[in-house]
Amino acid sequence: MGVSAATEAVVRVSDLSVRVGTVEAVHSVGFELAAGRRTGLIGESGSGKTLTALAVMGLLPDGLSARGRAVYREQDLLALSEGELCRLRGDRLGMIFQEPLSALNPVQKIGEQVAEPLRLHRGLGARESLARARELLERVQIPGAVEKLAQYPHQLSGGQRQRAMIAMAISCSPELLIADEPTTALDVTVQAEVLRLLDRLVDEEGATLLLITHDLPVVAGLCDRVLVMYGGHLIEEGAVGEVFDSPRHPYTLALLESIPSLDQELPGGRFQAIPGAVPGLGQFPSGCPFRNRCPRATEICATMPVLEGEGHRAACWHPVS
Amino acid sequence: MTEQPETVFRVRGVSKRFALPRQAPWLPRRFVAAVEGVSFEVLRGESLGIVGESGSGKTTLLKLLLGLEKPDAGELRYLGRSLRREVQVVFQDPVSALDPRLSVADIILEPLRVMGLREPRESRLHELLQAVGLPRAASGRYPHEFSGGQRQRIAIARALAPRPRVLLADEPVSALDVSVRAQVLNLLLDLRRDFDLTLLLVSHDLGVVRHLCQRLLVMQSGRVVEAGETPRVFAAPTQPYTQVLLAAIPTLSQRRTA
Repeated sequence: MGVSAATEAVVRVSDLSVRVGTVEAVHSVGFELAAGRRTGLIGESGSGKTLTALAVMGLLPDGLSARGRAVYREQDLLALSEGELCRLRGDRLGMIFQEPLSALNPVQKIGEQVAEPLRLHRGLGARESLARARELLERVQIPGAVEKLAQYPHQLSGGQRQRAMIAMAISCSPELLIADEPTTALDVTVQAEVLRLLDRLVDEEGATLLLITHDLPVVAGLCDRVLVMYGGHLIEEGAVGEVFDSPRHPYTLALLESIPSLDQELPGGRFQAIPGAVPGLGQFPSGCPFRNRCPRATEICATMPVLEGEGHRAACWHPVS
Repeated sequence: MTEQPETVFRVRGVSKRFALPRQAPWLPRRFVAAVEGVSFEVLRGESLGIVGESGSGKTTLLKLLLGLEKPDAGELRYLGRSLRREVQVVFQDPVSALDPRLSVADIILEPLRVMGLREPRESRLHELLQAVGLPRAASGRYPHEFSGGQRQRIAIARALAPRPRVLLADEPVSALDVSVRAQVLNLLLDLRRDFDLTLLLVSHDLGVVRHLCQRLLVMQSGRVVEAGETPRVFAAPTQPYTQVLLAAIPTLSQRRTA
């Protein structure tokens, strides 16, 4: 398939760094989200994947600061005021969080919460926005949408809460939808339903999706492009088929190999382990962050390599293929 | 007793229900059946997986096996000498399972102290650290100084301290980073072999159960809906729910783009 050079980018991130206090947690990350594409952002804890997304949305918590550019429609999101961001978020930019129970307001009815973006951004009145909220709940296939409008988040199951949050995020037909581990807290059968729903809605809305997850198979099933982060660096990027079938960074390869097959025995009867542990914030080695766990590392890895390649890019001195 | 495998746990028609909060004082109390009519046996030396989604009753079943809950009906028997000493457990979250104020040595040796087991502490500590792949120097340090995977190793060492015959593990790698899960899973494989442990693994992760357990029980709404040898269940599940569960697992080969 391949991304044609003409595909317009909805968001162009360049040289994005995030600091937590005095420690740099995301190092000069750059990528584009092409219109209508679904991009998976893969990383473990401490990889900087969530910080990258929060920085783009202008949602970094206090004490964290971002530098660089994230250009959406000729506006640098990082340079916008809070007021300007508020006009975009919930309208053109939608976000779905991992834990709907903490992302939803526990003392506000579901209907009001789903209707809120429509009142704020579309100027709909109470009755009209509530009617739209009902349609949205039906669209995300929440059974008994009418009763659910008047219920509180704790009265819904985990899967229903996640659906309600998706309804809220898509209420104004956002151009960019960022979903941060949207199904990690869900059971596997519920996860499958929510992923199918997300897949369909992104198609119908023509939205651009950034899916943040540690789960590689989820990316395989939902995305067409993938970004891999480790230790605050973007270390590999490309089409899902290319990256998953012929990974070039040893970390990506190791992650893929660590997923046990469901229909084959383990090679040598052992799980394929990656040595060592993910270092804490500020404790990654200098240069390539993976070099202390990498079987291919040499002295040169003390210098961080640049992302190289056409379409399929990797930052490694000793790429796998 | 010729070649008859020894039974460790015998579970016969066990049910456990919990009262729901009353909706109003004049309404009758309602109950939810967490485990209903469950029967199975655990054989010495085997590894048995219990899989199911949230609300399927797998955690209640684990608590029943540990004696932390009493069944309302049915019979549940541990057929060894001492349940308290011979059956140990490893929980999902190694952060909340370890007392942050205790040193690693104190954490690992606590079961010996609590159970009043007389053993040379120092040498036992070193054996346990070695068994779980932690350096000797770890003993004087505190949980927060360790990564998630290492903390789970500490929890496993503590479980091994009283020389259990059965190890129950409740989602032992779910809280860990993807890149360190395999290390802990391999450790469980090794310990099972080296210490001749019977392993009961409760998990929603079928990929883990597939390779760690010889036999598995599939639970749904408090009942065991399918039981069998792991390779058979994966290759030819007979129950609709098991089929749905297996089909729902995302795999690397299922691609959106061809």
